[in-house]
Amino acid sequence: MLYFSKLRIIFISLISLLFILFASSNLFKFSNELLDKKINLGLDLQGGSYLLLEIDNTPVIEQKLQNLSITLKNYFKEKNVRISNLKFKDQKLSFSVNDEFKNLVLEEFSDEESDINPYYQRFKSHQLDVVEENNVFTINYSKQGIIEIKTSSQDQALEIVRRRIDEIGTNEPNILKRGNDRILVELPGLDDPMRIKSLLGKTANLTFRFVTNDTEDSFGAEKLQYEESSEESMVSKRIILSGDNLLDAQPRMNNESNETVVSFTLDRVGAKRFGKATSTGIGKQLAIVLDGKIISAPIIRDTIASGSGQISGGFTFQSATDLALLLRSGALPAPLNIIEERTVGPDLGQDSINAGMIALFIGFILVILFIFIKYKVFGLITNIALIVNLFLLIGVLTIFEATLTLPGIAGIILTVGMAVDANVLIFERIKEELRNEKNNLIAFDSGYTKSRTAILDANITTLLAAIILFFMGSGPIKGFSLTLGVGIFTTLFSVYFIARLLTVLYVSKNREKEGLI
Amino acid sequence: MIAFNKYYNQFNLISISLVVISLFFLVFKGLNFGIDFKGGTLIELRSADQKINVSSLRDNLNQMNLGDISVKNFGNQKDFLIKFENNDNKNVIEEIKINLDKSFGNNFNFRRVENVGPKVSAELLKSGVIAISVALVLMLIYIWIRFEWQFSLGAIIALFHDVIVTLGLFSLLGLEINLSIIAAVLTIVGYSMNDTVVIFDRVRENLRKYSDIKIFELSNISINETLSRTLITSITTLLALLSIFFFGGEILKGFSLAMIFGVVFGTYSSIYIANTILVRLNVSQKTILKEDDKI
Repeated sequence: MLYFSKLRIIFISLISLLFILFASSNLFKFSNELLDKKINLGLDLQGGSYLLLEIDNTPVIEQKLQNLSITLKNYFKEKNVRISNLKFKDQKLSFSVNDEFKNLVLEEFSDEESDINPYYQRFKSHQLDVVEENNVFTINYSKQGIIEIKTSSQDQALEIVRRRIDEIGTNEPNILKRGNDRILVELPGLDDPMRIKSLLGKTANLTFRFVTNDTEDSFGAEKLQYEESSEESMVSKRIILSGDNLLDAQPRMNNESNETVVSFTLDRVGAKRFGKATSTGIGKQLAIVLDGKIISAPIIRDTIASGSGQISGGFTFQSATDLALLLRSGALPAPLNIIEERTVGPDLGQDSINAGMIALFIGFILVILFIFIKYKVFGLITNIALIVNLFLLIGVLTIFEATLTLPGIAGIILTVGMAVDANVLIFERIKEELRNEKNNLIAFDSGYTKSRTAILDANITTLLAAIILFFMGSGPIKGFSLTLGVGIFTTLFSVYFIARLLTVLYVSKNREKEGLI
Repeated sequence: MIAFNKYYNQFNLISISLVVISLFFLVFKGLNFGIDFKGGTLIELRSADQKINVSSLRDNLNQMNLGDISVKNFGNQKDFLIKFENNDNKNVIEEIKINLDKSFGNNFNFRRVENVGPKVSAELLKSGVIAISVALVLMLIYIWIRFEWQFSLGAIIALFHDVIVTLGLFSLLGLEINLSIIAAVLTIVGYSMNDTVVIFDRVRENLRKYSDIKIFELSNISINETLSRTLITSITTLLALLSIFFFGGEILKGFSLAMIFGVVFGTYSSIYIANTILVRLNVSQKTILKEDDKI
């Protein structure tokens, strides 16, 4: 245990220097791209917002089932199968058939090549669950079918969320999927997430529909409230235009009415439809509906064939800007709910950094002093190893550009406290060995050898705890497990290479000295 | 040599009572769960106006019908911590901002806002419990692989003792349990194990070395031989933790306090619980004989 070849000494020194270099790159700017790495500060240290959004898929599933009812009707009509009583109730679709068709329908649904009920080979499951009882079929999405819907609406929502956040222009947002119905948004440096929250909270489903008095409208009609007042109007369910047809939307000042409006440009299809609707509907009221509320319902005076128009609705400049942004970035497939929010202001973040650094400094000094008083020369060796250990730890975090959090700093301080353990184990063991063994070299050698299993066991247990924390914990806590876990490896390196090397050098020079430790 | 073994029985009794008392508190008083595990909203405010105090702030917020609201100073006189159950009132933070600005002038800095929905808090609690359970099971398995089952049992009982008594103390003092406390408990599990393993390692070594000494005496020898290491490591760890507690800021207070309790209990339990279990299970030279080929 006590021999170091020249090559190894050089190797150890090089590694240590490399990590010290990396650690110091947090303080200086290196022109070298490879070296210019920095530890990321977590949201709790640099300030920022963490939002966990959950997609409410119920309306999507409902909508899909409703669409399915039309598909089913046409599908069976083509096959000359008569189905009746098709209805949608309690999140389920049901219909009945005569005896003669029963088996045919069942076959259609259970066929693996079925068009109406796709079969996922990979999951050994159909898209739909079909239950037949007394010739009444009840249809619902299977577990796999629902997962499919959720995944696709998550993909869409992620894209829209990204567009909306990019439009606001925050720096380096982090937008990630969580599970199959959640989206995690991290916004560094943002201290007031109010605006983003309200922008993400809106589905932004825009439709243009005629106001109707005819309750017998062939498409059906529904009573909708105005955004700004409690008034209500009957609005046809027939959609003239939707947000999908928009090419662009911008806030504008209308010079005539001196009011802020949102002007929009339509795509080719949209422009055609808008032109047709406005020419046939002169004199009628066209309701502009956003997320189930009427923004305004202007009366059509002229045919608008240019494919552009304006939405007015008593906007302030801010609300017009936000609406234009929402329309530009598109509608969410389903409503999003913010189920977790953590926001830290930049000054609290800075306070935390300062407090963490002070605690680290004081903790470090206390441990170093204690060890020095306790072990003198070997205390010095331990302390040098401890300092290198700290650099190694910071260096490793820097190389991987890991995220440092406040609990992460606590993990570093704790590592400082626990890192001396291995050296203490070794030195105490050497002391014991020296009681029976007069030869310093032999005593030191067996001290190192005999303490090895205890050190290994002790560190593995801490490592186990850190690994569990890493996989179970979130955000800041992950930062803690990271520093704690990495700290174990750097500690073992510093103890078995740095401290041991120094010990060997010292002991071989003083091999005859008594009471060495 | 200190005769630790003279007091095995007394300390076992003390430990058992501590665990029973802790369980009593945990069952009847319960834990003071923070918003991480209970759901709700937390706001940390700093006021620029010295005249604003907890009661004026509380009176003002009470008029907003936020339900059961708690207002406390946080570390010093100008920082406040506000907590309440947020029943789906999405824009409540904006409302509070507007209301406070209206009542006290633009004097507040919202330093931290946390809002945890009921679904998320339930999940966090579940994953916290799972994490601690997984840690305990993994430790059990690890010791089982490295030592014999008697050692494994001793270590795990010591761990349960540390976790239960630490949580019991948190219950008694009404300290808040949040995510960082779970991290602390897991680290305690690791630390306490670490301590226990070092002594066990020595017990095993001594079992091989002295073929004629009984475990009662042998455990005491092993404790004494490793005592200075146990103490030195506990001291340096405590120095680091005390430094976090006093200088690391308010947010880390709960975490460092839990760790301080844990390190103290962990050190105690490695000496007075883990070892006494070996004695009570009558571990002998024979116990480790079959395992010798393993190493």
